[in-house]
Amino acid sequence: MHELSVTVELVDMVARRVPADVQVTRVALEIGRLSGVMTSPLRFCFDLVAAGTSLDGARLDIAEPPGRGRCRRCGADVDLPDLLTPCGCGSHEIELTGGEEVRITAVEVR
Amino acid sequence: MCGTCGCDDSREAAEARTLRLEVDVLARNEESARDNRAWLAARRVSAVNLMSSPGAGKTTLLEHTIRAVAGTVTCAVVEGDQETPLDAERIRATGARAVQVNTGTGCHLEAAMVGRALRELDPPPGAVVLIENVGNLVCPGLFDLGESARVVLASVTEGEDKPSKYPHMYRVADLVLLTKVDLLPYLAFDGDLFAGSVRLVNPSAPVLPVSATADTGLADWYGWLRARSCPPTTGGPP
Repeated sequence: MHELSVTVELVDMVARRVPADVQVTRVALEIGRLSGVMTSPLRFCFDLVAAGTSLDGARLDIAEPPGRGRCRRCGADVDLPDLLTPCGCGSHEIELTGGEEVRITAVEVR
Repeated sequence: MCGTCGCDDSREAAEARTLRLEVDVLARNEESARDNRAWLAARRVSAVNLMSSPGAGKTTLLEHTIRAVAGTVTCAVVEGDQETPLDAERIRATGARAVQVNTGTGCHLEAAMVGRALRELDPPPGAVVLIENVGNLVCPGLFDLGESARVVLASVTEGEDKPSKYPHMYRVADLVLLTKVDLLPYLAFDGDLFAGSVRLVNPSAPVLPVSATADTGLADWYGWLRARSCPPTTGGPP
């Protein structure tokens, strides 16, 4: 359940970047589909971790960039719904180029 | 309803402002991992992160390894478990330095925990620090600890398909150790299937079959480990 650690970091990072007297109303995130972080437990943890902080009650907007990779054998760009999918040429030697993001992109405050 | 963000109060929404951040959520762990790497390099110490499911034989392998390589490599150990000092006590019985990190409810080691443990461990120059992560095939793979290499252990009793079932863990491995191979006569385990399952997610990590208790295949593992240690006359990890 690493989503709890991720959520604690998320709340702390935002809280340290906004003035103490503002209320955070929305947090925009990118959680890549191959990041190993699940959005459902993250949302569950967020409500608990954010309670009593400047993020209390904030809405989470989560974009989930798809997995992408570049084949090391033939150079093709590949869609990766999971880490087991090979390139069309049959190779599993694929360098990930997208889908691993665990990033805060913006916050809305008032 | 506010047409911009869907909230119930358009007056409050009008006062809202958006701040662009673009910051990685795990940036602080990555910063701690960089600190650990610099701390280790300054002491010519390298660190290896060992990960597996609980019971794959990490501690038993370390007990045998520490004794076997004692003449050529000084090992020191950071032990990660949710509770108990038992594993650190087993390691200290070999004569090696060991620090136990108990994560409580935590399911993995993080770089800051390892940073504190390293300072307490105080490994001598040239040593290899073996970091035994919390037994778990999911979470530990996400957290850089400042190690120079990652070893994933799989015991033969876990089945051939674990690498495909837990691809996030196996794809970060620099070396895969297939442990407890002395049990193969009693199991329907196909080593080729296992190696194929590793290759689906990790094209390059060597797979070494070993048994710590039967002393099988350990020479290759010891050789790999010796290659991780810093030579006495040069700076920085290999």
